[in-house]
Amino acid sequence: MKAFLKFDFNIVTKKLLEEKLDGFGVKYSIVGFGEIEFLEELTPEKLEAITTLLNGYGIEIIENQKSILVQKIKDLIAEIVLQENNLNVKSSAYLADKLNHSYGYLSNLFSEVTYTSIENYIILQKIELAKHLIVNEKLSLTEIAYKLNYSSVAHLSSQFKNTTGITPSAFQRIIERRRKIANEK
Amino acid sequence: MNKEYIHIILADDDEDDRLFFTDAFKELKISTKVNTFNDGVELMHYLNDPEAVLPNVLFLDLNMPKKNGIECLHEIKNNARFDNIAIAIYSTSSSEEDIEETFVIGANIYIKKPSDFASLKKILSEVVSINWQYHTSGLNKDNFLLRL
Repeated sequence: MKAFLKFDFNIVTKKLLEEKLDGFGVKYSIVGFGEIEFLEELTPEKLEAITTLLNGYGIEIIENQKSILVQKIKDLIAEIVLQENNLNVKSSAYLADKLNHSYGYLSNLFSEVTYTSIENYIILQKIELAKHLIVNEKLSLTEIAYKLNYSSVAHLSSQFKNTTGITPSAFQRIIERRRKIANEK
Repeated sequence: MNKEYIHIILADDDEDDRLFFTDAFKELKISTKVNTFNDGVELMHYLNDPEAVLPNVLFLDLNMPKKNGIECLHEIKNNARFDNIAIAIYSTSSSEEDIEETFVIGANIYIKKPSDFASLKKILSEVVSINWQYHTSGLNKDNFLLRL
Protein backbone atom coordinates (compact mmCIF):
# COMPACT_ATOMS: atom_id res chain seq x y z
CA MET A 1 0.00 0.00 0.00
CA LYS A 2 1.22 3.48 -0.83
CA ALA A 3 0.17 6.75 0.76
CA PHE A 4 0.93 10.23 -0.54
CA LEU A 5 1.87 12.77 2.06
CA LYS A 6 1.55 16.49 2.25
CA PHE A 7 3.82 18.48 4.54
CA ASP A 8 3.67 21.79 6.26
CA PHE A 9 7.38 22.50 6.47
CA ASN A 10 6.82 25.32 8.90
CA ILE A 11 5.25 23.01 11.46
CA VAL A 12 7.65 20.13 10.79
CA THR A 13 10.66 22.37 11.28
CA LYS A 14 9.30 24.08 14.37
CA LYS A 15 8.39 20.80 16.10
CA LEU A 16 11.73 19.28 15.25
CA LEU A 17 13.65 22.29 16.55
CA GLU A 18 11.62 22.36 19.74
CA GLU A 19 12.14 18.66 20.40
CA LYS A 20 15.85 18.74 19.71
CA LEU A 21 16.64 22.00 21.50
CA ASP A 22 14.56 21.02 24.53
CA GLY A 23 16.64 17.85 24.57
CA PHE A 24 19.75 19.99 25.02
CA GLY A 25 18.13 21.87 27.88
CA VAL A 26 19.04 25.27 26.45
CA LYS A 27 16.86 28.38 26.69
CA TYR A 28 15.83 29.74 23.31
CA SER A 29 12.98 31.36 21.51
CA ILE A 30 11.95 30.77 17.92
CA VAL A 31 11.82 34.27 16.48
CA GLY A 32 10.37 33.43 13.10
CA PHE A 33 10.77 30.94 10.33
CA GLY A 34 14.48 30.21 10.13
CA GLU A 35 15.51 32.33 13.10
CA ILE A 36 16.27 31.25 16.65
CA GLU A 37 17.51 33.34 19.51
CA PHE A 38 19.48 31.56 22.21
CA LEU A 39 18.64 33.17 25.54
CA GLU A 40 21.89 32.10 27.17
CA GLU A 41 25.56 31.98 26.19
CA LEU A 42 26.38 28.64 24.62
CA THR A 43 29.76 27.00 25.11
CA PRO A 44 31.49 26.28 21.79
CA GLU A 45 31.18 22.55 22.57
CA LYS A 46 27.44 22.81 23.05
CA LEU A 47 26.99 24.90 19.88
CA GLU A 48 29.08 22.36 18.00
CA ALA A 49 26.92 19.50 19.30
CA ILE A 50 23.70 21.34 18.33
CA THR A 51 25.10 22.16 14.89
CA THR A 52 26.04 18.53 14.27
CA LEU A 53 22.68 17.24 15.44
CA LEU A 54 20.73 19.70 13.27
CA ASN A 55 22.95 18.99 10.26
CA GLY A 56 21.69 15.42 10.40
CA TYR A 57 18.22 16.78 9.64
CA GLY A 58 19.43 18.97 6.79
CA ILE A 59 19.30 22.09 8.96
CA GLU A 60 22.32 24.31 8.75
CA ILE A 61 23.31 27.22 10.96
CA ILE A 62 24.21 30.04 8.59
CA GLU A 63 27.25 32.01 9.63
CA ASN A 64 27.94 34.22 6.70
CA GLN A 65 26.14 37.62 6.71
CA LYS A 66 25.49 37.56 2.98
CA SER A 67 23.91 34.12 3.20
CA ILE A 68 21.69 35.32 6.05
CA LEU A 69 20.38 38.21 4.00
CA VAL A 70 19.84 35.94 1.00
CA GLN A 71 17.91 33.54 3.21
CA LYS A 72 15.75 36.42 4.42
CA ILE A 73 15.04 37.42 0.82
CA LYS A 74 14.05 33.84 0.06
CA ASP A 75 11.77 33.67 3.10
CA LEU A 76 10.03 36.90 2.07
CA ILE A 77 9.63 35.63 -1.48
CA ALA A 78 8.03 32.46 -0.12
CA GLU A 79 5.64 34.73 1.76
CA ILE A 80 4.90 36.83 -1.35
CA VAL A 81 4.26 33.76 -3.49
CA LEU A 82 1.92 32.20 -0.95
CA GLN A 83 -0.06 35.40 -0.52
CA GLU A 84 -3.64 34.72 -1.48
CA ASN A 85 -4.38 38.29 -2.37
CA ASN A 86 -2.32 40.31 -4.73
CA LEU A 87 0.16 42.56 -2.95
CA ASN A 88 -0.57 46.20 -3.55
CA VAL A 89 3.12 46.96 -3.74
CA LYS A 90 5.64 45.55 -6.18
CA SER A 91 7.79 42.76 -4.76
CA SER A 92 10.93 44.87 -5.30
CA ALA A 93 9.55 47.68 -3.13
CA TYR A 94 8.29 45.17 -0.58
CA LEU A 95 11.70 43.47 -0.21
CA ALA A 96 13.58 46.78 -0.02
CA ASP A 97 11.21 48.08 2.62
CA LYS A 98 11.20 44.93 4.77
CA LEU A 99 14.97 44.47 4.69
CA ASN A 100 16.05 48.11 4.84
CA HIS A 101 18.35 47.90 1.84
CA SER A 102 18.00 49.31 -1.65
CA TYR A 103 16.57 46.85 -4.16
CA GLY A 104 19.69 47.30 -6.29
CA TYR A 105 21.87 46.11 -3.44
CA LEU A 106 19.61 43.14 -2.63
CA SER A 107 19.36 42.19 -6.26
CA ASN A 108 23.15 42.19 -6.82
CA LEU A 109 23.78 40.28 -3.63
CA PHE A 110 21.13 37.70 -4.48
CA SER A 111 22.56 37.03 -7.94
CA GLU A 112 26.08 36.78 -6.57
CA VAL A 113 25.16 34.14 -3.99
CA THR A 114 22.44 32.14 -5.77
CA TYR A 115 23.48 32.44 -9.45
CA THR A 116 19.99 33.56 -10.37
CA SER A 117 18.09 36.84 -10.23
CA ILE A 118 15.36 37.67 -7.72
CA GLU A 119 12.87 37.95 -10.61
CA ASN A 120 13.75 34.48 -11.92
CA TYR A 121 13.68 33.06 -8.43
CA ILE A 122 10.15 34.39 -7.85
CA ILE A 123 8.98 32.86 -11.13
CA LEU A 124 10.65 29.55 -10.24
CA GLN A 125 8.93 29.53 -6.84
CA LYS A 126 5.55 30.30 -8.38
CA ILE A 127 5.93 27.52 -10.92
CA GLU A 128 7.04 25.10 -8.19
CA LEU A 129 3.93 25.98 -6.25
CA ALA A 130 1.81 25.50 -9.38
CA LYS A 131 3.37 22.04 -9.81
CA HIS A 132 2.57 21.20 -6.22
CA LEU A 133 -1.04 22.31 -6.66
CA ILE A 134 -1.38 20.27 -9.88
CA VAL A 135 0.05 17.12 -8.33
CA ASN A 136 -1.10 17.19 -4.72
CA GLU A 137 -4.25 19.27 -4.70
CA LYS A 138 -5.51 18.30 -8.14
CA LEU A 139 -6.51 21.89 -8.81
CA SER A 140 -7.40 22.94 -12.34
CA LEU A 141 -5.20 25.43 -14.16
CA THR A 142 -7.94 28.04 -13.87
CA GLU A 143 -7.99 27.66 -10.09
CA ILE A 144 -4.20 27.75 -9.91
CA ALA A 145 -3.95 30.83 -12.11
CA TYR A 146 -6.41 32.58 -9.82
CA LYS A 147 -4.67 31.43 -6.63
CA LEU A 148 -1.23 32.53 -7.85
CA ASN A 149 -2.44 35.88 -9.18
CA TYR A 150 -1.86 35.24 -12.86
CA SER A 151 -3.93 37.48 -15.08
CA SER A 152 -5.06 34.47 -17.14
CA VAL A 153 -4.63 30.72 -17.62
CA ALA A 154 -2.71 31.48 -20.82
CA HIS A 155 -0.23 33.57 -18.85
CA LEU A 156 0.31 30.78 -16.31
CA SER A 157 0.65 28.14 -19.05
CA SER A 158 3.18 30.13 -21.02
CA GLN A 159 5.26 30.95 -17.94
CA PHE A 160 5.15 27.25 -16.97
CA LYS A 161 6.30 26.24 -20.44
CA ASN A 162 9.01 28.91 -20.54
CA THR A 163 10.39 27.89 -17.16
CA THR A 164 10.25 24.10 -17.44
CA GLY A 165 10.22 23.50 -21.20
CA ILE A 166 7.08 21.38 -20.90
CA THR A 167 3.39 22.20 -20.76
CA PRO A 168 1.40 21.87 -17.52
CA SER A 169 -0.62 19.01 -19.00
CA ALA A 170 2.52 17.09 -20.07
CA PHE A 171 3.88 17.64 -16.57
CA GLN A 172 0.73 16.24 -15.02
CA ARG A 173 0.74 13.24 -17.37
CA ILE A 174 4.39 12.41 -16.60
CA ILE A 175 3.90 12.56 -12.83
CA GLU A 176 0.77 10.41 -13.07
CA ARG A 177 2.57 7.79 -15.17
CA ARG A 178 5.45 7.77 -12.67
CA ARG A 179 3.03 7.16 -9.82
CA LYS A 180 1.33 4.37 -11.70
CA ILE A 181 4.67 2.64 -12.23
CA ALA A 182 5.60 3.16 -8.57
CA ASN A 183 2.30 1.62 -7.50
CA GLU A 184 2.82 -1.43 -9.67
CA LYS A 185 6.17 -2.19 -8.05
CA MET B 1 29.59 24.35 5.41
CA ASN B 2 28.67 23.35 1.90
CA LYS B 3 31.46 23.07 -0.57
CA GLU B 4 30.70 25.72 -3.14
CA TYR B 5 31.19 23.68 -6.25
CA ILE B 6 29.02 21.37 -8.24
CA HIS B 7 30.13 17.90 -9.16
CA ILE B 8 29.16 16.94 -12.70
CA ILE B 9 29.49 13.65 -14.57
CA LEU B 10 28.96 13.07 -18.28
CA ALA B 11 28.69 9.66 -19.92
CA ASP B 12 29.03 9.99 -23.70
CA ASP B 13 30.85 7.85 -26.25
CA ASP B 14 31.59 10.76 -28.58
CA GLU B 15 34.98 12.26 -27.83
CA ASP B 16 34.17 15.65 -29.41
CA ASP B 17 31.00 15.97 -27.38
CA ARG B 18 32.92 15.23 -24.18
CA LEU B 19 35.48 17.86 -25.04
CA PHE B 20 32.88 20.50 -25.91
CA PHE B 21 31.09 19.73 -22.70
CA THR B 22 34.09 20.04 -20.38
CA ASP B 23 35.20 23.23 -22.14
CA ALA B 24 31.74 24.79 -21.74
CA PHE B 25 31.81 24.13 -18.01
CA LYS B 26 35.23 25.74 -17.65
CA GLU B 27 33.73 29.02 -18.85
CA LEU B 28 30.77 29.10 -16.45
CA LYS B 29 30.53 31.35 -13.40
CA ILE B 30 29.65 28.48 -11.04
CA SER B 31 32.63 26.38 -10.07
CA THR B 32 32.25 22.79 -11.17
CA LYS B 33 34.22 19.57 -11.20
CA VAL B 34 33.57 17.52 -14.30
CA ASN B 35 34.30 13.80 -14.78
CA THR B 36 33.55 11.99 -18.02
CA PHE B 37 33.02 8.34 -18.95
CA ASN B 38 33.02 6.75 -22.39
CA ASP B 39 30.12 4.34 -21.96
CA GLY B 40 27.43 3.11 -19.58
CA VAL B 41 29.48 0.20 -18.22
CA GLU B 42 32.33 2.51 -17.19
CA LEU B 43 29.84 4.93 -15.64
CA MET B 44 27.96 2.32 -13.59
CA HIS B 45 31.24 0.76 -12.49
CA TYR B 46 32.25 4.15 -11.06
CA LEU B 47 28.86 4.90 -9.43
CA ASN B 48 28.54 1.46 -7.86
CA ASP B 49 31.81 1.84 -5.99
CA PRO B 50 30.61 2.60 -2.42
CA GLU B 51 33.48 5.06 -2.01
CA ALA B 52 32.66 7.05 -5.15
CA VAL B 53 31.90 10.75 -4.87
CA LEU B 54 28.40 10.96 -6.32
CA PRO B 55 27.66 13.82 -8.74
CA ASN B 56 25.07 16.56 -8.20
CA VAL B 57 24.10 16.29 -11.85
CA LEU B 58 24.65 13.34 -14.16
CA PHE B 59 24.43 13.86 -17.93
CA LEU B 60 23.58 10.71 -19.88
CA ASP B 61 23.89 10.24 -23.60
CA LEU B 62 21.14 7.88 -24.83
CA ASN B 63 23.09 6.04 -27.53
CA MET B 64 26.18 4.52 -26.02
CA PRO B 65 27.86 1.18 -26.71
CA LYS B 66 27.82 -1.68 -24.15
CA LYS B 67 25.17 -0.10 -21.95
CA ASN B 68 22.92 2.68 -23.23
CA GLY B 69 21.53 5.68 -21.39
CA ILE B 70 18.08 4.17 -20.77
CA GLU B 71 19.61 1.06 -19.15
CA CYS B 72 21.77 3.27 -16.92
CA LEU B 73 18.74 5.41 -16.04
CA HIS B 74 16.76 2.31 -14.97
CA GLU B 75 19.64 1.06 -12.83
CA ILE B 76 20.14 4.44 -11.19
CA LYS B 77 16.47 4.95 -10.44
CA ASN B 78 16.27 1.51 -8.83
CA ASN B 79 19.00 2.28 -6.31
CA ALA B 80 18.11 4.59 -3.42
CA ARG B 81 21.77 5.52 -2.98
CA PHE B 82 21.43 7.66 -6.11
CA ASP B 83 18.24 9.48 -5.09
CA ASN B 84 19.94 12.85 -4.76
CA ILE B 85 21.48 12.86 -8.22
CA ALA B 86 19.69 15.03 -10.77
CA ILE B 87 19.68 13.18 -14.08
CA ALA B 88 19.95 15.00 -17.37
CA ILE B 89 19.47 13.15 -20.64
CA TYR B 90 21.81 14.61 -23.21
CA SER B 91 20.75 13.40 -26.61
CA THR B 92 20.43 14.16 -30.31
CA SER B 93 16.89 12.77 -30.40
CA SER B 94 14.02 15.21 -30.25
CA SER B 95 11.21 12.68 -30.55
CA GLU B 96 8.40 13.68 -28.21
CA GLU B 97 7.85 10.05 -27.28
CA ASP B 98 11.51 9.48 -26.33
CA ILE B 99 11.50 12.61 -24.23
CA GLU B 100 8.36 11.80 -22.28
CA GLU B 101 9.53 8.21 -21.78
CA THR B 102 12.81 9.28 -20.16
CA PHE B 103 10.93 11.66 -17.85
CA VAL B 104 8.55 8.88 -16.86
CA ILE B 105 11.46 6.54 -16.06
CA GLY B 106 12.85 9.24 -13.80
CA ALA B 107 15.03 11.72 -15.69
CA ASN B 108 14.83 15.30 -14.41
CA ILE B 109 16.19 17.13 -17.40
CA TYR B 110 16.13 16.52 -21.14
CA ILE B 111 18.61 18.36 -23.30
CA LYS B 112 18.65 18.23 -27.05
CA LYS B 113 22.34 18.48 -27.93
CA PRO B 114 22.84 21.94 -29.42
CA SER B 115 24.88 22.40 -32.57
CA ASP B 116 26.99 25.33 -31.44
CA PHE B 117 29.19 26.07 -28.46
CA ALA B 118 27.43 29.28 -27.39
CA SER B 119 24.05 27.55 -27.02
CA LEU B 120 25.68 24.67 -25.15
CA LYS B 121 27.17 27.09 -22.64
CA LYS B 122 23.84 28.83 -22.21
CA ILE B 123 21.98 25.54 -21.68
CA LEU B 124 24.50 24.11 -19.22
CA SER B 125 24.54 27.34 -17.27
CA GLU B 126 20.75 27.18 -16.98
CA VAL B 127 20.79 23.54 -15.88
CA VAL B 128 23.38 24.14 -13.21
CA SER B 129 21.66 27.28 -11.96
CA ILE B 130 18.22 25.66 -11.67
CA ASN B 131 19.69 22.54 -10.10
CA TRP B 132 21.44 24.81 -7.61
CA GLN B 133 18.09 26.31 -6.62
CA TYR B 134 16.66 22.83 -6.01
CA HIS B 135 19.75 21.95 -4.03
CA THR B 136 19.83 25.08 -1.84
CA SER B 137 16.17 26.09 -1.51
CA GLY B 138 14.59 22.83 -0.45
CA LEU B 139 12.41 22.47 -3.55
CA ASN B 140 10.67 19.17 -4.19
CA LYS B 141 13.00 17.14 -6.44
CA ASP B 142 10.18 14.80 -7.45
CA ASN B 143 8.67 17.69 -9.38
CA PHE B 144 11.95 18.65 -11.05
CA LEU B 145 11.33 18.36 -14.78
CA LEU B 146 13.14 20.57 -17.24
CA ARG B 147 13.38 20.40 -20.99
CA LEU B 148 15.85 22.51 -22.95
